[in-house]
Amino acid sequence: MFAYYIDLAVRSLKRNKALTALMVLAIALGIGASMTTLTVLHVLSGDPLPGRSAHLYYPQIDPRDMNGYQPGGEPPGQVSWMDGTNLLRAKRAHRQALMTGGQVPVQPAQANLDPFYVDARYTTADFFPMFDTPFEYGRPWTEAEDEAAARVAVISSSLNTKLFGGKNSVGQVLRADDVDLRIIGVLADWRPNPHFYDLYLGHYGENEDVFVPLSTSQDLKYAHSGSVDCWSSGGQENMKTAPCTWLQLWVQLDTPAEFASYKSFLIHYSQEQKALGRYQRPPNVRLRDVMQWLDYNHVVPADVRLQTWLAFGFLLVCLVNTVGLMLAKFLRRGGEIGVRRALGAARRAVFEQLLIEAGIVGLAGGIGGLLLAQLGLWLVRQQPADYAKLAHLDPMMLSVTFALAIGASLLAGLLPAWRACRIAPALQLKGN
Amino acid sequence: MDILPILATLRRHKITALLIVLEIALTCAIVCNAVFLIAQRVHRMDMPSGVAEHELVQVQVVDIGDRPDAKARGEEDLAALRAIPGVKSVARINQLPFTDSSWNNSIFLSPTQTQPTLNATMYFGIDVLKTLGAQLIAGRDFNASEYAEYRDAIRDPKLTPHVIIITRALAQKLWPGESALGKTIYFDPQTPLRVIGVVAGLIRPSLSEGEHAAQWSTVVPLRFSGGGSYVLRTDPGQRERVIRAAVTALKTLDPKRIFRQQRTLDDARAEFFQGDRAMTGLLVGVIVALLLVTGLGIVGLASFWVAQRRRTIGVRRALGATRANILHYFQTENFLLATIGIALGMVLAYGINLVLMLHYELPRLPWFYFPAGAVALWLIGQLAVLGPALRAAAVPPVVATRTV
Repeated sequence: MFAYYIDLAVRSLKRNKALTALMVLAIALGIGASMTTLTVLHVLSGDPLPGRSAHLYYPQIDPRDMNGYQPGGEPPGQVSWMDGTNLLRAKRAHRQALMTGGQVPVQPAQANLDPFYVDARYTTADFFPMFDTPFEYGRPWTEAEDEAAARVAVISSSLNTKLFGGKNSVGQVLRADDVDLRIIGVLADWRPNPHFYDLYLGHYGENEDVFVPLSTSQDLKYAHSGSVDCWSSGGQENMKTAPCTWLQLWVQLDTPAEFASYKSFLIHYSQEQKALGRYQRPPNVRLRDVMQWLDYNHVVPADVRLQTWLAFGFLLVCLVNTVGLMLAKFLRRGGEIGVRRALGAARRAVFEQLLIEAGIVGLAGGIGGLLLAQLGLWLVRQQPADYAKLAHLDPMMLSVTFALAIGASLLAGLLPAWRACRIAPALQLKGN
Repeated sequence: MDILPILATLRRHKITALLIVLEIALTCAIVCNAVFLIAQRVHRMDMPSGVAEHELVQVQVVDIGDRPDAKARGEEDLAALRAIPGVKSVARINQLPFTDSSWNNSIFLSPTQTQPTLNATMYFGIDVLKTLGAQLIAGRDFNASEYAEYRDAIRDPKLTPHVIIITRALAQKLWPGESALGKTIYFDPQTPLRVIGVVAGLIRPSLSEGEHAAQWSTVVPLRFSGGGSYVLRTDPGQRERVIRAAVTALKTLDPKRIFRQQRTLDDARAEFFQGDRAMTGLLVGVIVALLLVTGLGIVGLASFWVAQRRRTIGVRRALGATRANILHYFQTENFLLATIGIALGMVLAYGINLVLMLHYELPRLPWFYFPAGAVALWLIGQLAVLGPALRAAAVPPVVATRTV
C-alpha cells in the first residue's frame, strides 16, 4: 500500500509541476536558511574542550581599591601578576596555569623569509597537560624550566611547517625578537574554539604559534597583547608590581569537594590580603567553569543569534505558505477523494495517502535545503568575521536538517490532509 | 465594488484565507523590522569620525629586539616622513579610529567621587589634532611646554599632564548646556586635567562601549617613542604614493623592522564595518526571499481559486458580468486579505520591535515604517494576483453551459 501511495503522490505532484516546485522551493529556502544559521550558532556555542571543560575553572578575585566599589559587583576578569603568582605557587588545585597573550617577531634562519609577527602565549608548565594539548614532537616545558626562565619554546604545527617544512624541529633554534629560543615541542593541530582561555584577544579564530614560559617572556620583555585594567595611576612601568590585572589564571578541579575547597581558599586568600593591607575591598570571588565563563562573556555574537531568529521567522513564513498551497491542492481533489471514500477507503487511508504526499514534498525540500545550507555555509565562510572559517556542517547538524525538513513538511501536511479526509463523499459525488 | 459576495465566498474558504492572512502578516512584520535593522546598520556605517578620513594614511612599524635609541630613531623617522613630497603633517599617535584596540580611562568630575561618571578614550602624541584634522571649536591646541613624557607619566602621577582636549559630545555629556573650557576632570583623584580645548568630533577607536559613547574621546599632551602608528596627512589622490614612499623611507632608515600596517584610513573604516556590511547584505537577501515566497504563494493560491471557480465565473459572465467585473472581484478579494494581514502584521512588527529593543541596542521602530510596509505588501499582493485575475477574466461565458 505504501508503494502505491507513493506512486499516487508522485502522479499528483507531477500533475501540477509549477505548484509542486513552489512548495519544494519554499521548504528548501526555509530549511536552507535555518540550517545555515543554526549550524553557525551550534559551532559558535560549542564546547572548546569536550570532556575536560567541566573540570576547568577560572578564578576571579577583587584586588582593587575602594574607587568605584559597589557591593556584589563583578570582580576583574583577569588577575594581577602578584595575585596570579601567589595563587599559582599555592598549588591548591590539581593543576594550575597562569598566562597572558603577546606577539613576538620571528626571524627565520632562511634568507628568503622576512621576519614576521606571530601571536604568542606566555604561560606556565601546567598549561599543556591541563588543556590536554596534543604534541606532534617533543614535550612541554617543566616547572623547573618555568622557575629558571629557560629560553625554550613550544611552537604550533603551522609555524613548524612554515619554518622547518613540517620536520621534527625539536632542538632547533627559534629566533624571536633577537633572542634564540630552543624548540622543545611542536604541537599537533590544536584549535579549541571559542578561544576560551583568553577572551580578550577575540573570541574565535587562530590559536597562538609560539608558547614561551611566562617567566622567560617577562625576562625578555616580550610585547604583551590583551586587556590591561589598572585601578590607580602611577607605578605602572613595572607590570610585576603595577596595580593592574592582565593575566589569566586557570585551575583544574576534578570533584565538587575540590571546587568547594578552592572557592573557600580564594575567599580566605582575599581576607588574608586585606589583613595585610594589600586589598581594600571585602572578599569578592568567582569560580566559573569553561562554559559558564563563555556564557558570562556572551561569546556568541549577537548578530548570529539575530540571524537565527530571522531564519526561523523565514522558515515559518515558508511553512505557512506550504500549508496554504497543500490545503488548496488537497481540497481541489475533493472529487477524487469523494470517489475513493465512496468506494470504501477509510478516512485513515485517505489521510495516510495525503500525508505521504506531504512527506515527499518535505523530503525533496529537505534535500534542496541541505544543498542551500551548504551554499549558505560556503557564503558564511567567505565572510570576514573571525568565526567564519569554522562554519561547517557536521553529521549531527546534517541529521537535524533532515529531521527538521521532514518534520516541518509533515506538520505542514497535517492540517490539509486532516481537512481533506473529512470531505463528505456524498456531497462531492452529488456536486459532479 | 460590492464586498459582501467576496466575504461570503471567503467564508467558505476560511482556513485558506486565514493562511494567506497569516503569511502576509508574518512577512509584513519581519520585513518592517529587517528594513529597520538595515537602516540602523547603514546609519552606523556612515558614522562621522570627525577626522580628515580621506587624507590620512597609517604606517605601523615595529622594532625587533630592545632599542635603547628608540627616541632618537623616532625623531629620524618623523623627519624622513615629513620630507616626503605631498605630506602635509606627520604624527606618531598611540591609537587610530577604526582599529578596535584602544586606551581608555575612567572619568571623574571630582577627586572625591567614588563611581566614575563615564569611560572615555585617550589619544596622545605630538600634533594629533593637526594631523588627524579634528576641528577645534573652542579653546586652543596644546603648546610645547604642556607635553609630558609617557614613560614618566605612568611612573609618577605628579609627572602627568595637567591639560586635556575633549570632544563636543563628551563636553555636552559631562556638563550639559555649559562651556567645558576651564573645567576639570580626573582620571583618578591624583590626576586633575583642565579642559583647554573642545573639538567638533573625534571617534573612539573601538565601539565596544556602545554607539552612544562613540564620540567620548580625549586628547592628552603626552610624548612617547616606540609603539603606536605613524599617521601621514596628504591629498586624497596622493595617498597610495605616500604610503609607498613612507615604507621606502622607513626601510632605508632601518631595514630590520616589521611593517604591521600600511593602509589608508578609508580602508580601515571599510574593514572595521565589514561585519555590518555582511549583515546588511544578509538582511536584504532575507527580505527579497520573503517577498518572493509570499508573492509566489499568493500567485499559487489565487490560481487554485480561479481554477476552482471557473464554472461560477462562467455563470457570472453569462449573466452579464464584464471581464472588468471579474478582474476587480479577484483584485478586491486580494486587497481585503492583504489589509487584514497588514493590520495583523503591524501589531506583530511592533511586538518584534519591542523584543529587539529589549535584547539589542535598538531604538523604537519609527512610525513611517508602518504605512511604508503596508503599501509595499498591498503592491506585492496586487502584483501577484494580477496574473490569475486576468486568467479569470478571460474565462468565456460558454463555460457555464459545459459540465465539468
